[in-house]
Amino acid sequence: MRTPLLFRTLALFDTTGWIATGLFVAIMLVLLPLLHLALPEQSPFYVSSYVIALLGKILCYAIVAVAMDLIWGYGGILSLGHGVFFALGGYAFGMYLMRAIGHDGVYQSDLADFMVFLDWKAYPWYWSGTEYILWSLVLVVAVPAFLAITFGFFAFRSRIKGVYFSIITQAMTYAFMLLFFRNETGFGGNNGFTDFKRILGIPITSPGMRVGLFMLSGLTLLMTLLLCRYLVTSKFGRVLTAIRDAESRVMFLGYNPLWYKLTAWTISAVLCGIAGALYVPQVGIINPSEMSPANSIEIAIWVAVGGRATLWGPVLGAFIVNLAKSYFSVAFPDYWLFFLGSLFVVVTLFLPDGVLGLWKRLRSRVRRRT
Amino acid sequence: MPPWFKKKQQRGFGSGDAGYARLVDNSAVDLSHGVILYLEDITVSFDGFKALDRLTLSIDDGELRCIIGPNGAGKTTMMDCITGKTRPDSGSAYFGQAMDLTRMTEPEIAAMGIGRKFQKPTVFERHSVFENLELALKRDKRVRYSLVAQVDDEVRDRVSDTLQRIRLEGEAERMAGLLSHGQKQWLEIGMLLMQEPRLLLLDEPVAGMTDDETERTAELFQSLAGQHSLVVVEHDMAFVASIASIVTVLHEGRVLAEGTLDKVQNEPQVIEVYLGR
Amino acid sequence: MMTKFLMLLMLLGGSLMAGATLDAALIHTLANGESDEKIRAIQDLGALATPEAVLVLKSLSDDALFVDGEHVFYLNGDQAIDAVTGLALTPIPESSDNVVINNRVRSELNTALSSLKLFDPKPSVRRKAAEALLNDVSPDMLPVLTKAVAQETDAGIRELLLLAVAQINLGSPEASLRLSAVQALENSSSPNARNLLTILLDPAHEPVEAVRRAAQASLKSVDNRLALSDALARIFSGISLGSILMLAALGLAITYGVMGVINMAHGELLMVGAYATYVTQGWFRLHWPQALEGYVLAAIPVAFLSAALVGVILERTVIRWLYGRPLETLLATWGLSLGLIQCARLMFGAQNVELTNPSWMSGRVALPWGLSLPWNRIDIILFSLFVLALVWVLMNKTRLGLFVRAVTQNRAMAGCMGVPTGLIDTVAFGLGAGIAGLGGVALSQISNVGPDMGQGYIVDSFMVVVLGGVGQLAGAVWAALGLGILSKFLEGWVGAVIAKIILLVFVIIFIQRRPQGLFALKGRFVDN
Ligand SMILES: Nc1ncnc2c1ncn2[C@@H]1O[C@H](COP(=O)(O)OP(=O)(O)OP(=O)(O)O)[C@@H](O)[C@H]1O
Ligand SMILES: [Mg+2]
Repeated sequence: MRTPLLFRTLALFDTTGWIATGLFVAIMLVLLPLLHLALPEQSPFYVSSYVIALLGKILCYAIVAVAMDLIWGYGGILSLGHGVFFALGGYAFGMYLMRAIGHDGVYQSDLADFMVFLDWKAYPWYWSGTEYILWSLVLVVAVPAFLAITFGFFAFRSRIKGVYFSIITQAMTYAFMLLFFRNETGFGGNNGFTDFKRILGIPITSPGMRVGLFMLSGLTLLMTLLLCRYLVTSKFGRVLTAIRDAESRVMFLGYNPLWYKLTAWTISAVLCGIAGALYVPQVGIINPSEMSPANSIEIAIWVAVGGRATLWGPVLGAFIVNLAKSYFSVAFPDYWLFFLGSLFVVVTLFLPDGVLGLWKRLRSRVRRRT
Repeated sequence: MPPWFKKKQQRGFGSGDAGYARLVDNSAVDLSHGVILYLEDITVSFDGFKALDRLTLSIDDGELRCIIGPNGAGKTTMMDCITGKTRPDSGSAYFGQAMDLTRMTEPEIAAMGIGRKFQKPTVFERHSVFENLELALKRDKRVRYSLVAQVDDEVRDRVSDTLQRIRLEGEAERMAGLLSHGQKQWLEIGMLLMQEPRLLLLDEPVAGMTDDETERTAELFQSLAGQHSLVVVEHDMAFVASIASIVTVLHEGRVLAEGTLDKVQNEPQVIEVYLGR
Repeated sequence: MMTKFLMLLMLLGGSLMAGATLDAALIHTLANGESDEKIRAIQDLGALATPEAVLVLKSLSDDALFVDGEHVFYLNGDQAIDAVTGLALTPIPESSDNVVINNRVRSELNTALSSLKLFDPKPSVRRKAAEALLNDVSPDMLPVLTKAVAQETDAGIRELLLLAVAQINLGSPEASLRLSAVQALENSSSPNARNLLTILLDPAHEPVEAVRRAAQASLKSVDNRLALSDALARIFSGISLGSILMLAALGLAITYGVMGVINMAHGELLMVGAYATYVTQGWFRLHWPQALEGYVLAAIPVAFLSAALVGVILERTVIRWLYGRPLETLLATWGLSLGLIQCARLMFGAQNVELTNPSWMSGRVALPWGLSLPWNRIDIILFSLFVLALVWVLMNKTRLGLFVRAVTQNRAMAGCMGVPTGLIDTVAFGLGAGIAGLGGVALSQISNVGPDMGQGYIVDSFMVVVLGGVGQLAGAVWAALGLGILSKFLEGWVGAVIAKIILLVFVIIFIQRRPQGLFALKGRFVDN
């Protein structure tokens, strides 16, 4: 007998989990947009568009963090190349955004400005269809998925694990970065895509569009959390964690780890791609530096700070690290790298379970005392 | 070529990925000659050292065979070959009449109906005992199924049956990592039972068990023989004596002697190997 | 009257002393004439090609030729030398104007001066001038060249000059001259000669069949020689790149080989070494400028010790606690690398710092087949061989090496045998870090030294280690050389970026096919 879907969804979180989810929805999807749209700018409760943009960006990062947690926290596979999926998603949607500029570019040409600059006469073949938002959304999912499946299939089939896997993912993102830095690749070289004007005819800087994208990011994060929660509580998740802990035992039970890892890996990559697509219109630019190895490795620290294998932890971690980053870059720009560096060290040495783990430990200690 | 270039621990590529981990009805194994496992001339060498040297061995369906031999005789390596973990340099291994084990991957072999207990107990330490058994249950092992699989009453019944058999009824919700060594051994045996294999390979199953537990294990194995075939590697001679009808002695990768325990124990080479020269 | 007589005497003497004086009329035109006249005078002086003429032209080019009434003179120290007689003028003329020239004259002057280098007393200068000519020779230089050929004593330089003459003669209206020029050019290895010969293949340019055929033959041999020198140059730069990769990867091979530490801060240890070199240079500048040339040598131990010190500190404070947790080590060392980068930024600024090659590391050495190799690259190749030998001796011939290898093979057993494994870890890590520091010295001599310099090498050096297999020094050496040469050849075909991408893809595929080719973990504890 099958349990109805509603019950199964409800069973995904315990009470605390649902309260957290409720709070999240209330703040991100209702309160902040309302405060931004409904209040006059002078009001003390007004939420500025800077805050909306910043939080929207971090929501996208949080999606990436959850996706990373799925593969690292539960699957034990540390990817140092997740930035590439994020960026590919961003570029895929960026192609639509570039096409939507139309004749409003500097050169007022049909082509993107950088193509005019390079003296190209037409869009290269891989740009075809990107003037339709639907096709570019298909690409947002399909391109990261394709890369993840090919790369993952060969890597997992060769049973590359642990640090070796991490290192080759780093090499992968590095190679992609170099590729996208070239002008001839057709994605704007160094400068990437920028100066977007509109989505579906609505100006990208209008408050409505901004809040819309913000809410969409929040909603996507929510869906991501539910999806990942479903995955990790299902038998699939149990097999995945079993692979993390004792891969050969799993094999001798008759499961083929290849497909389990590949599935988790691909889902994770696609989630990153979607996050990238949401990120690009909100920050207004995508360039190859998103693929730099440093960016990818930073994702790991969001997860580690929040707490691996917890799902909510990475969301927390993404917020903590990125809020700290924007605080530091204004207040003490010189010390941001020190802070980030020591975060890496402190978390690995002293907080193996991240902030959530610390919280749980403290709580249980307090409980024991009372 | 540097020695590490050799593909040793690696299974080959492209060996029938399509057939992976399907739910295989292992009653389909062709047992027309009553032989469930047949190894012929298996040779495995590590950097020139022959761990198995033209090993030939056959196990009948329903048999309980004990394999003994001094340390380093190649017992574990033999199991590695049967389960696909190590590819033999030469020789063949057949499961039933038709299944060539040297061409299959570990999950395929497992799905075919060969279960294995490692020398060092290997369970999922961060899963509960219940989950360990549930994961081992003979079911469709594909991703597709795992995404929708639910723990239904049938699963719960099967698990609680097994829990009883391995005497871990009270421990179902405990993390497997918290169990004692002996309990882990039992849990691993329990996982094998959940797999319902035709052939069980057990590498030193009673190491770390009390006499009492050892005795119960012997009973369990004897009750399994008949419907299942068992290959038990053990150093504990009392245990071997209590369960085995036929014993095979391995030494330096070869079969040194085979027969009833009394018979092999009296063979001069065996005495020499065990008592040293 | 008196002066006139003296001048006559001078003239007579001058002809005896091989042109110690110059034609006064010529000099006066040079000083006072119109631009066109000046140009003619420059050409005449150039054709004379005597040391005196050179001095006058040089002063003119330095705006240091003066006119004072009838005297034209230039300064030599605090003496005023008369341009015509070459004698010191006493007293020094009080008021004078320097000779002004416009750009057209100046460019003519430069041409003349550069062809005059062909008459320099130093053979090395002459050789350089002749080599430069081969790539850019114009027909009006023929008279100068002929003269230079006649005077040249060095056979090698003479040959170069003759090739230049032949290049000019290719354009001669006489078929026989052209033919002999074409034949002479068979021995050339200049791309310019190749272009000129190619033109001669075309019947529209070259009516004579025999010349065309000879051109064809010469072209072929030039092409062969060019291809050979190109290939040799590539191999050399490949080896050079390989030696740098090797320096970067050797330390990594040790740290991973011994303790399985994936050290992402390795690139920053290179950076520490490079900055140590910079600081050493600064110290020499301040305190011992006479010995500045030797600062690189002094920097070798300094860089080794400072990088080793940083390494030991990192090991004792952080890495020590993470043994057996490679993924955590990777993240923590990444954090450390960020800290080191920021330290460098705060201490030395975000910009690259200036390092000057000592003179014995700058310049090039010319080899046959038109090959000329930069000294700094050659020195670095030698240096990397030295480091390799050092590491080999340390690992294979010393007690420390024995301990390190023992720990590599079986940590627990080594510990039981009384090897102080903790200390060995620290020392080995310090050693690996120190070797990275040595790599930094080498890097400082050929590339920019800045806070981010290490980041570029980390991916590369991991690729080397991955290809070679860890703990295998020989593996790292071969992998570094192979990757270096391969990447230089690929660069020639597809450009640097694509070459890099191809290499990365190649390494990724390699790992997929031979996972144990990477960190060669053997034994039976790998999986269970
Ligand atoms: N992966 C490997 N690499 C190198 N040598 C190996 C490997 N696996 C096994 N060996 C060697 O092969 C020989 C046989 O090992 P095996 O584990 O099969 O012995 P065993 O009979 O199980 O011994 P024990 O009773 O101690 O478990 C041993 O000498 C061992 O060192
Ligand atoms: Mg064994």
